[in-house]
Amino acid sequence: MINQKSTRASKTQIISRRIFMLGAAKLILIGGISYRLFNLQISDREKYQFLSDKNRLRELKTPPERGIITDYFNNIIADNNQVFQLHLKLEEVDNFNYLISRLQSLINLNNLDIKNIYKKKNKSKPWDTIVISDNLSWYQFSRLNLFLHELPGAKPVLSTSRKYPYSNDLVHVVGYVGDPSVKDIENNEEIKKNNILGLKVGKFGLEKSLEKDLIGAHGVKRYEVNAYGKRINQVDFVKGSQGKKIVTTIDLELQKFASQLLMNKSGSICVMDIYTGEVLTMASSPTFDPNKFTHGINSKDWNEIRKNPLKPLINKSIAGLYSPGSTLKPLVALAALEYGTLNPEMTVYCKGHKHPYELHGQRYHCWKKQGHGFMKLRNAIKQSCDIYFYETARILGVDRLSILAKRYGLGLKVLNNLYIEEKSGIVPSTKWKREQLESSWLLGETIITGIGQGYIQTTPLQLCLMTAQLANGGYKIKPNIILSKEINYDEIRSKIKLDKEKYENASDIKKLTSLNTEILKEQEIELYNPMYRNPENVKFVLEAMFSSTNEPGGTSFASRLENKKYQFAGKTGTSQVRRITDEEREADLKLSEIEYKKRDHALYVAFAPYEEPRYSISVLIEHGGSGSKAAAPLASKMIKKIIDRHDEREKIRQSRSKLI
Amino acid sequence: MLRQRLYSSQYSFFEKLLAIDYFLILLILLIGIISVFAMYSTDGGEVLYHTKSHLVRFGVFFGVFLIFSFIRIKFWYTTSYLFYLIALAMIVAVAFVGVTASGSQRWINLYFLNLQPSEIMKIAIILCFARYYHRMQDTEVQNLKNVIQPLILLIIPCIFVIKQPDLGTAILIALSGIVVMWIAGLNIKYFIYSGLILLVSAPFVISFLKPYQKLRILTFFNPEKDPLGAGYQIIQSKIAIGSGGFFGKGFLKGTQSYLEFLPEKHTDFIFTLFSEEFGFAGSILLLFLYVLLIYRIIKIGFSSKSFFAKLYCFGFSAAIFIYMFVNISMVVGILPIVGSPLPIMSYGGSSMLAIMLGLSIVMSCKIYSKDQITQ
Repeated sequence: MINQKSTRASKTQIISRRIFMLGAAKLILIGGISYRLFNLQISDREKYQFLSDKNRLRELKTPPERGIITDYFNNIIADNNQVFQLHLKLEEVDNFNYLISRLQSLINLNNLDIKNIYKKKNKSKPWDTIVISDNLSWYQFSRLNLFLHELPGAKPVLSTSRKYPYSNDLVHVVGYVGDPSVKDIENNEEIKKNNILGLKVGKFGLEKSLEKDLIGAHGVKRYEVNAYGKRINQVDFVKGSQGKKIVTTIDLELQKFASQLLMNKSGSICVMDIYTGEVLTMASSPTFDPNKFTHGINSKDWNEIRKNPLKPLINKSIAGLYSPGSTLKPLVALAALEYGTLNPEMTVYCKGHKHPYELHGQRYHCWKKQGHGFMKLRNAIKQSCDIYFYETARILGVDRLSILAKRYGLGLKVLNNLYIEEKSGIVPSTKWKREQLESSWLLGETIITGIGQGYIQTTPLQLCLMTAQLANGGYKIKPNIILSKEINYDEIRSKIKLDKEKYENASDIKKLTSLNTEILKEQEIELYNPMYRNPENVKFVLEAMFSSTNEPGGTSFASRLENKKYQFAGKTGTSQVRRITDEEREADLKLSEIEYKKRDHALYVAFAPYEEPRYSISVLIEHGGSGSKAAAPLASKMIKKIIDRHDEREKIRQSRSKLI
Repeated sequence: MLRQRLYSSQYSFFEKLLAIDYFLILLILLIGIISVFAMYSTDGGEVLYHTKSHLVRFGVFFGVFLIFSFIRIKFWYTTSYLFYLIALAMIVAVAFVGVTASGSQRWINLYFLNLQPSEIMKIAIILCFARYYHRMQDTEVQNLKNVIQPLILLIIPCIFVIKQPDLGTAILIALSGIVVMWIAGLNIKYFIYSGLILLVSAPFVISFLKPYQKLRILTFFNPEKDPLGAGYQIIQSKIAIGSGGFFGKGFLKGTQSYLEFLPEKHTDFIFTLFSEEFGFAGSILLLFLYVLLIYRIIKIGFSSKSFFAKLYCFGFSAAIFIYMFVNISMVVGILPIVGSPLPIMSYGGSSMLAIMLGLSIVMSCKIYSKDQITQ
């Protein structure tokens, strides 16, 4: 019994010891589990929270809505409309070939489409989504939805797309959109951020240069999905924002009218407000339909545009370079007057083709076969006598001319990189030739520069700006095509008026202008400041232009408008595209007898109304023949329309300035 | 006669009522209530099949637990070998007439319940070993004969269970038995040697495993290797627990389970669901409830006079700990995925029945703690 008791005691002891050890082990293991839980739920909580959200949340980005573009009168010229698209989620497609053949019959894909789809598919990764069609009709779209359950991977999508309601009329101003290229995505952070399937980006014109403002911000729909990818509910919706609305200074009516005037011609019409620099019209012909580019242009249409000899893709107003011809003469005259190298009373005798102007054995002809006779400056501008300007240019010299030519807007981009295709043109000088052509300037080159031929190259918009800055009395302005609140007509007008009064009220005007000689040096002139030494010189030139249009014998007399309301003053120009040989000069062929490519470009610059100028215009007709016959009549029609629309424009302007 | 063997003793009914460990009952009820709410959450916040069924099972088996608590401990002692034999017979029967579900043949159809005899064996083996060592002197325990015999008793059911195949339960049965052997005082050297042998033979054993079992073990070591396949459960479970944070996502707001990322959320991964919704705080609280439960059972063991009762209580408490530890370690990714339910919490009738039965025997130890077993 005692023995049994002691064994019992020792057994109890053993068991107790074992239980104690077991208990200790249990506590350690419980500690281990707790530590593990601590790690998972507290230390690494964020990591698992992220993974959990990644599990359950799916993001769906919705493409941003592009900002609209309007003309000055709030007419929408680049709009968005709803389109029906078909996307294909490749990873959900069971049998691609079968699916495509089903789609072929459902939405009538042609062989070319199918080829493109396969090309797209081969280029994309297996988890990508590709666009089968981005512009389905409602009929196709509804048919597609009907059979959707049989088409795994096919996703009908509602999206917005660019629409240009005035298709051809504004393509050179507004541009067009298309699918973003790899380069577009790389170069533009905004495009990268918003690069969602179906996004369209600007390819040309304002659409491209104002991409940042227009693109907007994409929306995000966040869904909760279950383990099988089924959408359970929408947890978050960040609404995208539409891109900024862009208001241009373009007058849609004028633009359309200009397009009509240019119909079947190759050329440009530009119209500018001479105080604000607002471009009212910038038409280039021929044009093309930007809507065709939105959903990818087909090769037939593309070839038609690309191979057209009249080059519709080029915006001739800013990317076409032309010799200004005689439209430069008012500026040459002004330069000669300003630098004092010419007395307007100087007389030159124009004897006709038999007795041309001669310099160092080189002969320079006037355009008029029988000659103009004795010419003074006013008449020389009015009748556009070349001989007079040969002599004027010879005395003036090309360097002094180039200073004023640049000052008045030639040789520089007018719209400041807003259009990547804009060209700056050439205003030659001795320095320019030395640097660019590495040869020295010849006097003969000065002679022909005097009539706007030779090296000098300008765009129609530059000529429009030059005319504007002459017409406003010689004040520097800044052209623009996007409406800006900072440019206030009333302020500009009163500033210029004040400056003009300074001269009108001066007791001794000579003393005032002699102080101004500094201004003739090459320098940057501040906005809305005078660019002249003596305002009388500008007045002289404008008056001479008036005579050219409104007095018998003037080169554009036939196109004049007698009503004071519309009366304008202008200068014709006929720019040779090549050197005229003596035989040709002898033959004196009619326009229709000359090969198209060899015909002269017809130019015309003008401002209106003459009494109180407000608008300047430049017209260019490529290979149109003489300025007076081909360009001036169009300008005349255009000016009438401009003046007719003036009141309406003023109304809008005044209501806008009240808002500010 | 039977009635007397079952109930009669020197105590009055009132004394028995006083002897009941109400704290233990409270703990069981608490865990039970938590489990019902967890089940309600797995049903997506509705009283659906799992909730109803779990609630009914818990209710019924809790009643069974209360009634069986009054069965004399001596009854369990005398029937312990029989109990083992019945459990073993059922396990053998399962191999021939068992109900097959999701690839394994584990259940026996009892018409009102598909019973999983291997779950019953978890209790039976403890009872059996408790009796085996009850009268044995500490010196006898070390006899080779007394080591071999229980091992045979242990290995037979394990082999059948592995064949089902159900490695998880087999391991749990084996561990339950081994832990009783440990408590009984089997020399530590046996454990060390067999541990070494196991380690050496591990590669050999692994070659006998079914491919899916091998995959589970491989996956455990590197779940990210196959995130959508075998590693999916571990990864999703860790994500669910980790994303719960300190206070959890809130009741019925566990996205991982609600959105069906979490597999087997009713059964093996019920802790994951709970932990996702109630966070670190909730998990530790639940762990604490289990620790209290285990502590309470050990305390009853200490207060029991008979070695049978002591061995049973200690063995059962250790078993509960093992079930809990294996289950939680598995869902937090410290152990490979082997099917093992969390006591009381997990959905499953057999497991619930086994645990409640086991607990009723514990309670019986408490009520009849003064009973000596002399035979």
